[in-house]
Amino acid sequence: MAITITTPLTREKVRTLKSGDSCLITGVIYTARDAAHKRLCELVAQGKELPLDVKDSIIYFVGPTPARPGEAIGSAGPTTSYRMDAYSPTMIQQGQTGMIGKGKRSAEVVAAMKEHGAVYFGAIGGCGALLSNCIKKAEVIAYDDLGAEAIRRLEVENFPVIVIIDSEGNNLYDTGRAAYLETVK
Amino acid sequence: MREIKAEKITEVVRKLCINANCYLPEDVKKRIEDMHDAETWPQAREILERIMENYQLAAEGDRPICQDTGLACVFLKIGQEVHIEGDLTAAINEGVRQGYIDGYLRKSVVRDPIDRVNTGDNTPAMIYYDIVPGDKVEITVAPKGAGSENMSQIKMLKPSDGVEGLKEFVLWAVENAGPNPCPPIVVGVGVGGTFDKAAFLAKKALTRDLDVPNPDPAWAALEKELLEKINALGIGPQGLGGKTTALSVNIEQFPTHIAALPVAVNINCHVARHEKEVI
Repeated sequence: MAITITTPLTREKVRTLKSGDSCLITGVIYTARDAAHKRLCELVAQGKELPLDVKDSIIYFVGPTPARPGEAIGSAGPTTSYRMDAYSPTMIQQGQTGMIGKGKRSAEVVAAMKEHGAVYFGAIGGCGALLSNCIKKAEVIAYDDLGAEAIRRLEVENFPVIVIIDSEGNNLYDTGRAAYLETVK
Repeated sequence: MREIKAEKITEVVRKLCINANCYLPEDVKKRIEDMHDAETWPQAREILERIMENYQLAAEGDRPICQDTGLACVFLKIGQEVHIEGDLTAAINEGVRQGYIDGYLRKSVVRDPIDRVNTGDNTPAMIYYDIVPGDKVEITVAPKGAGSENMSQIKMLKPSDGVEGLKEFVLWAVENAGPNPCPPIVVGVGVGGTFDKAAFLAKKALTRDLDVPNPDPAWAALEKELLEKINALGIGPQGLGGKTTALSVNIEQFPTHIAALPVAVNINCHVARHEKEVI
């Protein structure tokens, strides 16, 4: 049975989520990938205000295809997360509590997640058409010049994710694979 | 000499860019479905079901299967009896530009690897020309996403490393990639030639249908053996465990230097796009 998450994602809620949990996210999440993260972290370094409310936020690592007329957004599946490893600890320090992506994370990211209380969700990579059905509204709120990489505010309904790494550092990439390999010994 | 207008090339490339991104080829769908049926791990089966649902939904709605609609890799086999009237390279790039704009595909190209300003129309294409006998032009468009491209590897092995060294390197590349390239993956392997030739062969291997083995029985047997070994790693769909780690291993080999054994591994995701048309 999937766990329902309604944004904002509080630290208290984060601590109840365990690696392997299936979740459905409803509410507001933000998109950002390589270029946007670089700019956000430059603003943090300069002590300037960020163009989004980071506290208790979920950031989805995605660069969607353009929306067709009449659609909220184009295809919108996750991009590989390790490219954001250089930036995520800073964002978590600023109050971000959730990340949606796919693939491995660095020890530094996991340490920041444990220290501050954050969770790493995986969405199914290569399923952009399916996932876009859960995105009801999309609006560019910063860095329009970046095109697909602009920061978007998304309104999502029952957006399906799995907790890959929880706030205690448990990692489904390790435990899921090990559990499967036990069955074929 | 057969005359083909450059505009015709543009028209075909435009169509192939859109079709490749919205409709997964039959050989890939068949392999995903077969491997789903053989999968024993519940989480893996469920992910494969979502993947199948996704490509069906994309095809029904003429929407991109994946948001990473890739670099446009365009392979041309040009018959030497053909004369192209007009600028061929410009015609291909115009086809890519039109396809990516008209098809609502993502523009994922930056003009310079360091300053990283988006070109806005997904050009330039990555173009590979081959001159062959005959009076036809065969065009293959294989959009390539970066999630899997970034997990690719190349190594100059020693001749003494032999086939065992080759196998070890391919398995290492897949293990190292883990969940990052969106498994189940397609593994393109290029063996021989020079440093750059091996990399090209690995990419070319990804354009071969998954149900077509290497024509040389010894290399076909190696493809099969490597696929079995990769699928025993347990990485599984999306890296969450299971036996469906790779859909296929496609190897292309070429003569090489007495002192060399280059091996390149070009990884593709399950959205293994490749569309072909002959003019």
